Amino acid sequence: MVTSNPYMVNMGPQHPSTHGVLRLRLVLDGEQVLRVEPVLGYLHSSKEKLQEEHTYLQTVPITDRMDYLAAMTNNLGVSLAIEKLAGIQSPPRAECLRVIMSELQRLASHCFAQGVFLQDLGAWGSPLMYFLREREQILDMFEMVCGARLTYNYIRPGGVSQDIPPQFTPAVNSFLDTFPAKLDEYEELLWKNEILRARTVGVGVVSRELAVSAAFSGPMLRASGVQWDLRKQDPYCGYQNYEFDIPVGQTGDCFDRFMVRFYEMRESLKIVRQALDVLPPGEWKAAVPIVIRPPAGEAFQMIESPRGMLGYYLVSDGGANPWRFHVRAPSFINLGALNEMLVGTTMADVVAIVGSIDIVMGEVDR
Amino acid sequence: MTAVMTGPALAEAIQGAFPTAVAEVYGDAVVLDAAALVDVCQFLKDAPDLAFDYMASLTAVDYLDYFEVVYHLLSLGHNRSAVLKLRCYGRKAPHAPSVTSVWKAADFQEREVFDLFGIGFDGHPDLRRIMLFEGFPGHPLRKDFLEFDHRKIAAMASEAE
Amino acid sequence: MINPWIIATFGSALPGWLLATITGAIGTVAVLVFTLVSALAAIWIERKLISRMQVRYGPNRVGPKGLLQPFADALKVIGKEAITPFGVDKVVYSAAPFIIFLAPLLTFGLVPFAPGAAVLNTDISLLLVVALGALGVVPIFMAGWASNNKYSLMGAMRSIAQTVSYEIPLVLSLVGLVVVTGSLKLEDLVVYQIQHGWFIFLQPLAAVIFFIAGSAELNRTPTDIMEGESELAAGYHIEYSGFKFSLFYATEYSHVFAVSALISVLFLGGWGTGPLLDLVPAVVWMVLKTYLLFCVFVWTRATLPRLRMDQLMAFAWKFLLPLSLINIMVVALEELLGLPGIVVAVVNMVLAVVLIVQWTRLLGSNGQSPERRVYIQRPATAQ
Repeated sequence: MVTSNPYMVNMGPQHPSTHGVLRLRLVLDGEQVLRVEPVLGYLHSSKEKLQEEHTYLQTVPITDRMDYLAAMTNNLGVSLAIEKLAGIQSPPRAECLRVIMSELQRLASHCFAQGVFLQDLGAWGSPLMYFLREREQILDMFEMVCGARLTYNYIRPGGVSQDIPPQFTPAVNSFLDTFPAKLDEYEELLWKNEILRARTVGVGVVSRELAVSAAFSGPMLRASGVQWDLRKQDPYCGYQNYEFDIPVGQTGDCFDRFMVRFYEMRESLKIVRQALDVLPPGEWKAAVPIVIRPPAGEAFQMIESPRGMLGYYLVSDGGANPWRFHVRAPSFINLGALNEMLVGTTMADVVAIVGSIDIVMGEVDR
Repeated sequence: MTAVMTGPALAEAIQGAFPTAVAEVYGDAVVLDAAALVDVCQFLKDAPDLAFDYMASLTAVDYLDYFEVVYHLLSLGHNRSAVLKLRCYGRKAPHAPSVTSVWKAADFQEREVFDLFGIGFDGHPDLRRIMLFEGFPGHPLRKDFLEFDHRKIAAMASEAE
Repeated sequence: MINPWIIATFGSALPGWLLATITGAIGTVAVLVFTLVSALAAIWIERKLISRMQVRYGPNRVGPKGLLQPFADALKVIGKEAITPFGVDKVVYSAAPFIIFLAPLLTFGLVPFAPGAAVLNTDISLLLVVALGALGVVPIFMAGWASNNKYSLMGAMRSIAQTVSYEIPLVLSLVGLVVVTGSLKLEDLVVYQIQHGWFIFLQPLAAVIFFIAGSAELNRTPTDIMEGESELAAGYHIEYSGFKFSLFYATEYSHVFAVSALISVLFLGGWGTGPLLDLVPAVVWMVLKTYLLFCVFVWTRATLPRLRMDQLMAFAWKFLLPLSLINIMVVALEELLGLPGIVVAVVNMVLAVVLIVQWTRLLGSNGQSPERRVYIQRPATAQ
C-alpha cells in the first residue's frame, strides 16, 4: 500500500514569482495544496504609526510608498480624506488633473500587473517587456509633471502641487494615439494563447459570495460578477461627468481577472481623452496652509485604485498631526481569503492565482 | 452616490431589532454594546432593507481612556454605507467579540488590530500576530508605545524570552 | 575524412591500431571543442536573440556586442565556491554532472557533419542516439537523490517523469524514417534525403513531433518546469555550485545544440542543400542548419508561457503518442504501396495538418476555438 504524507513547502519571502516579500507556507500532498498560510509583515515599516508624527501635508509622501506601483491614487486618496476632514474644496482644474493622473496611473499599474502575471506563468519576459515599454511612456509623462517616476507626491490636499508643463498635453495625446493599437495587439497576442488559457481558465474561481464576504475589491471583485466600481457608485473628483463602462466578468477565474484589467485599460483611455478635452483653466491648488489643523473629527474616504478600493480613515484631534491614520489596503484584504482560493489547487496554480490577485507588498504590510 | 446611513437612522434600524444594543450615537457612527455586536452585525447583513453584506474596513483607534474598534460597512445592493463602533475599556487586556462569522474579511483585519493594538477578539479562529514577529514586545500603535529604535525593540524582545 | 589525411601525412606504414587511435583522438578532441564552443555560442545567441525579441539590447557591455559574455558567465560560474552539502552521497553527487555531460558529447560524436565524417561511424548510429537520450535520465536522478534534499529529489522525479514521457513519441517519430530508408545509419538517412527530398516535407508530422518532444527532453519552454522558478520544488541541480554546476549549465545548452544537429540530420537533409552543395563545404551547411534550429528553439522559448505539470504529461501521452503511432502506420502503408515521393509528401502534409487540428479539437481547451467572453454589458450604469 503506497501512502503519501503531506509536507510543508515554504514559498519563501524571496522567490522569483511572488510579488515582493510574500511568504506562503503551503502544506502539500503530492501536487495538491491542503492548506496555505500566508505570513506577512516582511515589508512592515510602521507607516501608520509614522504618520502620527507628521503634519497632514507630510503624510502625503509616505502614502506614495505604500502601493508604490500606483502612487498617484494613493496620494489622491489621502488628499481627498484630508479635504473631507478639513473641509477644503479643490478647484475644478485640479479635479480634472487628478482624474487624468489617476487614470494614467491605472494604465501604468495594469501594464505592470499584466506583464508580471505573464512572467509568473513562464513567458520569459516577452509580454513583460512589451508592457513595460508602454509604461515607460507614462512614467516619462509623470516625470514631466512632477519630476518623479515612481513616488510622485503630486496630488496634495487642496489640489495638485504644480500645474502641468506645456509639453505634457502633446505627450499624452501622442500616447493616446499609439497605445490603443498596441493594447489591441497585446490582447490579440495573448487571449487566444492555448497555454495561457490552459493555465488560467477555470483556475482560482472566486464565487460572488466569497468575493463579497471577504471584501474583495477592484478587478478581483468585478471579475466575480459584482458590478461595483467606486468611480460609478460613489464618484469623486468629478467622475460622474465622464462616460465610461465598467467591465464585469462572469466566472471569477484568473482569466477573467486578466481580461478585466485589459478592458479597464481601454476605459481609462476613454476617460483620459475626455478629461483632457474638458480641462478647465484656472487655479490648480486651493489656498491651503502648510500646517493644516482640521477640526476634531474623523473621515473615511475610499477611492478606486488599480488594485481595488483604497480607503483612508483619518481621525483628527484638532492638532497638526493626525491622531490615527489607517489605510484600508486593497491588496491586504484581497489576500484574506487565500486559503479558500488555493485549497485543492496544484502548486503551479498557486503561482497563477497569486499573480492574478495583483498585490503590492508595500500596501499589504504598510 | 453612496448614501451615508446617518447615525440616528442606523440606530433606529438596530434598535428596532435589538433594543439594548446601541450604547451611543456619535456623529455618523453608532456605538454598540460589546455583548450584542455579533448579533447586530448578523442582523445588519441579513435584513433585506439594510443588507450590509460588505465590510469595507475594520480598524481601531486608541483614545487613551478606551480603545475604539471601528467598522465601516457597505451595502452593495442599496449603495449605502454605515459606521459601527465598539468601545473597549481597560488597557491591560482589552477584548471584543469577533465578527469573522459574519464577514470573512474580518479575519486578517482583526489579526492586524490584535497585533498592533493588543485587542483580543473572542471567537476568532486563529488570533496571532500578522505583521510583527512573534515575541514582539508590546503593541506599537498604542499611544504609550514610544520606542522607535529597532535595536532596542529587538533587545526588549529577546529579554522577554 | 580524417583517415585519408593521416595516411597521406604519415604514410601508410602505420599499423591499424595506431591509425584508429589517432583518428579517434583527433575526432574526440574535435567533438569536445565543438561541444564547448557551441555551449558558449549558445549562451550568447540565446540571450541576444531573446532580448531582441523583447525589444531590449541584451548583453552589450562585455566585449563588442557582448560577445565575451559567455566567457564572463563561464568564469563567474567556475569561480564560485563549490559547496558540497552535508550528508550527500559523495560518489554519486560528484559523478552526476560528468555523466550528464556525456549525453550531448556522444551525440555530437554520432552526428555526421560531412560525408563520412561522423566520429563514431557505426551502422546503428540512430539506435545509439536513442540510447543516449535515455542516458540523460539517469544522472538527473543521481543528482536529485544524492543531494540529500527532499525538494531536489522531488524536482528530479518530476524531471524524470517529463523526460521519460516525452522520449516515447520522440523515438516513435523516428521509426517512420527508418521504415522509409531501411537503415539505422545516420549517414544513410542524409544520403536518402539528398536523393528524395528532406524528411521535413516527406514526413512533416514526424518532424513536428520530434521537435516538440525534443524541446521537452531538453527542458525548454513551454515545458521548462525545472528551469523556471521551479514552482516551489527546487530543480535537481539546486545543490550544485561552482564547476559542477557549470557542467549542468553547459550541458543544457550543448544538449540543445546536439538535438538541433540531430534534427538537421534527420529532417533537414544534413549537409545536403541541392545545387548549393558545391559553394561551401558540407560542414558549413550542417553547422548553419544547426544554428538555425537553435534559433527556432530560442524563439519558442521567448514566445510561449509554461505548461503545468499535469498538462505537460497529458500532452505527451494523449497527443504526441497517438499521433506518432498514426504516423508510423501511415508511413508504413505508403512504403508498402510504393507511392512516388511527391504523392507521399502531399499526403503526409495534408494528413499532418488535419490530424493536428482535429486532435486538438478532440482534446484541448474544451474542444472549441475560444469565444470571447462578454465583459461590458450595455447599458452599464450603476447596478
